[in-house]
Amino acid sequence: MDAPFLIAAVLTLLSAIAAISLRNVVHCALCLTLTFLGLATLYLQLGAQFVGLTQIVVNVGAVAIVIVFAILLTRSSDNPGESRFNKGAIWAGLICAAVFATLVVAINTSYVSMKSGAPAPPLTVEKIGHELMGRYVLPLEAIALLLTAALIGAVIIAMKESNEKGGGQ
Amino acid sequence: MQQLDQIFVTLKAWALGHVPEPLQVPASIVMSIAPIMLVFPGIFALTTVAERKLLGRIQNRLGPNRVGPFGFLQWAADGLKTITKEDVVPRNADKVVHFLAPVVLLVSALLAYSVIPFGRNMYAIDIDAGILFFFAVGAGTELAVFMAGWSSRNKYALLGAMRAIAQMISYELPLLLAALAVVMATGSLNPNDMVAAQEGGRGWGAIVPNWFVFTPWGFVGCILFLIAAAAESNRSPFDLPEAESEIIAGYFVEYSGMKFATFFLAEYLGLFVISSMCVVLFLGGWHAPFPFFWCDWIPSWAWFLSKLACIVLLYIWMRGTLPRLRIDQLMNFAWKFMLPMALINLVVVAVWKYTRPWDYFGAELVRWLLCVGLLALPYLLLGRNLLSNRKWGPRTYRYAS
Repeated sequence: MDAPFLIAAVLTLLSAIAAISLRNVVHCALCLTLTFLGLATLYLQLGAQFVGLTQIVVNVGAVAIVIVFAILLTRSSDNPGESRFNKGAIWAGLICAAVFATLVVAINTSYVSMKSGAPAPPLTVEKIGHELMGRYVLPLEAIALLLTAALIGAVIIAMKESNEKGGGQ
Repeated sequence: MQQLDQIFVTLKAWALGHVPEPLQVPASIVMSIAPIMLVFPGIFALTTVAERKLLGRIQNRLGPNRVGPFGFLQWAADGLKTITKEDVVPRNADKVVHFLAPVVLLVSALLAYSVIPFGRNMYAIDIDAGILFFFAVGAGTELAVFMAGWSSRNKYALLGAMRAIAQMISYELPLLLAALAVVMATGSLNPNDMVAAQEGGRGWGAIVPNWFVFTPWGFVGCILFLIAAAAESNRSPFDLPEAESEIIAGYFVEYSGMKFATFFLAEYLGLFVISSMCVVLFLGGWHAPFPFFWCDWIPSWAWFLSKLACIVLLYIWMRGTLPRLRIDQLMNFAWKFMLPMALINLVVVAVWKYTRPWDYFGAELVRWLLCVGLLALPYLLLGRNLLSNRKWGPRTYRYAS
């Protein structure tokens, strides 16, 4: 429980709460970005450089931008009138609590937490690359295929909408 | 000459020796950060004057010539003016986001400097995934531009922000792929390893430096990187997001006084850092270009800064020469030319790397011809395709005929 961890944890939690409770959608998106940054900081503190920095590149650089772009293109950013809780709030809360409890139990009984305090060997990016291209090459290619399919699907949806006017831009 | 080369490193070590033990870590951090925060804004101040003078020469006028000798103190006058100017915030603006946008932009530009090796043993942090860190903090600039454009509640600002984000996302891909070529060639994500890989020279008397720009893939990668960097930092001819004649100034139209100056500063700092990255990736970092003995007399950081100055001057020259692109030309160029070229370049890196063990008479020539051919053919085909799709017609004016 050192100071950098506390700062990152408090930042992550506060921005996550702000992201679900603020009224303005764009503010929520910006707070969500802050949450991503806080998570990345936690990864970096654990010595997972590659995961932490990739988290920033993907989530801040791409996902957050796509979210704000979607907000801009689909609706005005005016405040919604209705209450921020709807009828499903209790059920959602219960499900969240159940998932959280399951995760806590799973982590506490897993072998990672059983392990003695021996520090893990430093994991270089080169090692991750070798593992990805060697042992885990099949899952990697499967994910790549899935993403390509999603990309082609997105292009086809966009082409139908634009009706030869914009032409897949 | 060793002393002059290492003067800043020795100076820091000497200063650290006078700091009490418990304060050594924070003092070391401050001493690594402070030079970056002082030197590069200083270079920014000089660049603004140099740019105005140079553009003046290109456009056959004098440029600033009133403040100081030959107008070279113009930056001081400009700085004082922006500090004393009133800070106008639109009444409908989102005050907090409006205030934060220039700060986020400046912070992400400054963070990127921390992984650049400016000279022998001169870097702020040495992390394994330095290149990844560089591009990760660069992600903040897009968000800052969006924040500025959205919070101003101004249609020009929003249009500028939309253009900027579309442009930055499109050109980030070729930028990353061009940098990835060097990562493939060196097998490392650490900028220090990349500089180390470009040491020495080859050819007769080692006259050609081992810089990556002097390989077929490095040359193409360097040009792709420079073009994409110009687009990433909104430099002319890719300055659509802030096109004065169309959308006044784009996303920072509602900024005035010091906040405007912060945008200005952050944009130039972003240009410097991405040019520094180009120097590290392709132009040999802080290595001297020739193996002559007098090259060692000039310290490594001076070589780095002069290479950086050359690239910045190139950008100023480009700004004075090229007209602004149209948005469809910009997008077509990114997706139909830059991206395929960058991908083909990656293949050529692999070919280059795996033909290195070839060891028969004339192998080097065959290797060069193979790689150049692999790059030149797609270049010609893609360029022809891009040109043939152009639909020329009489220009129609809707409002100003």
